[in-house]
Amino acid sequence: MNAGTNIRIRAALQGLGSLFILASEAVRSIFSKNFNWRSFIAQLHQIGVASQSVVIVTGAFTGMVLCAQTFYQFHKVKMDTATLAVVSVSMCSELGPVLTALMVAGRVGASMAAELGTMRVTEQIDALRTLAAHPIDYLVSPRLAATIVAMPLLTAESIAIGIGAGYTVGVALLGIDPVYSWNNMIKYTEISDLATGIIKCLIFGAIIALVSTYKGMNCRHGAEGVGQATTEAVVTSSITILIANFFLTLFITRLLQII
Amino acid sequence: MIHVKNLYKSFNSHKVLEDISFRVDTGESIVIIGPSGCGKSVLLKHLIGLIKPDKGEVIVDDIGIHDLSERELLPVRRKFGMLFQNAALFDSMTVAENVGFVFHHEGTMQKTDIDLKITEALKMVGLEGNENKKPAELSGGMRKRVGLARAIIYRPEIILYDEPTTGLDPIVADSIDKLILHIRNELKVTTVVVTHDMRSARRLGNRLILLHNGTIHKTGKPEEFFESTDSVVHSFVNGISSTQN
Repeated sequence: MNAGTNIRIRAALQGLGSLFILASEAVRSIFSKNFNWRSFIAQLHQIGVASQSVVIVTGAFTGMVLCAQTFYQFHKVKMDTATLAVVSVSMCSELGPVLTALMVAGRVGASMAAELGTMRVTEQIDALRTLAAHPIDYLVSPRLAATIVAMPLLTAESIAIGIGAGYTVGVALLGIDPVYSWNNMIKYTEISDLATGIIKCLIFGAIIALVSTYKGMNCRHGAEGVGQATTEAVVTSSITILIANFFLTLFITRLLQII
Repeated sequence: MIHVKNLYKSFNSHKVLEDISFRVDTGESIVIIGPSGCGKSVLLKHLIGLIKPDKGEVIVDDIGIHDLSERELLPVRRKFGMLFQNAALFDSMTVAENVGFVFHHEGTMQKTDIDLKITEALKMVGLEGNENKKPAELSGGMRKRVGLARAIIYRPEIILYDEPTTGLDPIVADSIDKLILHIRNELKVTTVVVTHDMRSARRLGNRLILLHNGTIHKTGKPEEFFESTDSVVHSFVNGISSTQN
């Protein structure tokens, strides 16, 4: 192994270690008296309310296209009324949480990394520290808590809109029988599908907030550093979400079987 | 009292500070001078624990801050106020929110009392009536004054100034110097200033420290620097470059 590879591996491991330290301090801060409720409410608005349009559009069009594609395949084997069940299960356990998380990573993660990165390069984070405010209490833990609270709400909204949009397309455009479709959807969608989605989006929320705040707080100096931190926050969050999704699917399915 | 003992700091393989030792007594006014990039700001940030030394000690009122955690440092930092080179105002907040940040963050004081403190601090720096402006609406000199108001509102014992007059025109720079002197005399604070502006250094310092190549080259009263025949001191004080263009 050459020296360059060694340095890269060491830097990656150091980064991972620093991220875990940040995560443990942020979680401790959330449950301490230092938790900044005012910033938490502001972040909840920024992450939850301001992401509405993105989540609604993503959920609606994903539900519609999934319904159309499923219908075209199922129609060949005369299983039209199973279409909505597939849409529902997919939206609850996979597409709802993953697509919502990817959209939030793009919108909110980029904003967090850019804001904190700019604060770092303009010495605002150092100024916070000199004013006896801990950057984790003031900047990281409110964002982490707000993302974890907002994600299940956004995901539930995305799932509901996706299923509603799929139902509308299926019944109004594709001519699927509404009663049988609805009954099949209720019959084949289990609580565990929804639980899987909600558990996943909690973890995705934590990934987005931690990766983005970490990238912002550790960005290099100058406009280039802020730009790079923003890009890395979105790319790293998105890839981590996709990889985590696979392992979470296996883990949560096994866990729910045991329960 | 601040006591720095045998301080070393490197970034990657670049040695910035080597074996730095000095002390700042209570009420004293020290000016750290030296060419750009010689480690003045890095040294200043060590005094308040923003940067950890590789080796050596920083003792503030008998507390060794060099090995304290970020959370343990918070109460020690209340002894300090710091004015940053570009003021480092929180750009999402108004002037009043910036100045009253400490009290808002602590949440132990009534809003009316905080407003009184903000008015008092802004009056001291000559900026009363600008409470609702955002930092983007202020000139460079005004930003420094707001930064100063933010640093003095909680009456710290020690104030650190990082290049307080850099980037300002001579008249505004002069007004900032006078303000620093006024605050020093009014609040009886210990003052540490980092600058490469010799006019400021002469006015503000009881004692000067010249950093050169990461070490302390000379310490003494301002007049000793201006009368020195040492080539490094003479070149710096009189602004003489070693190369010709």
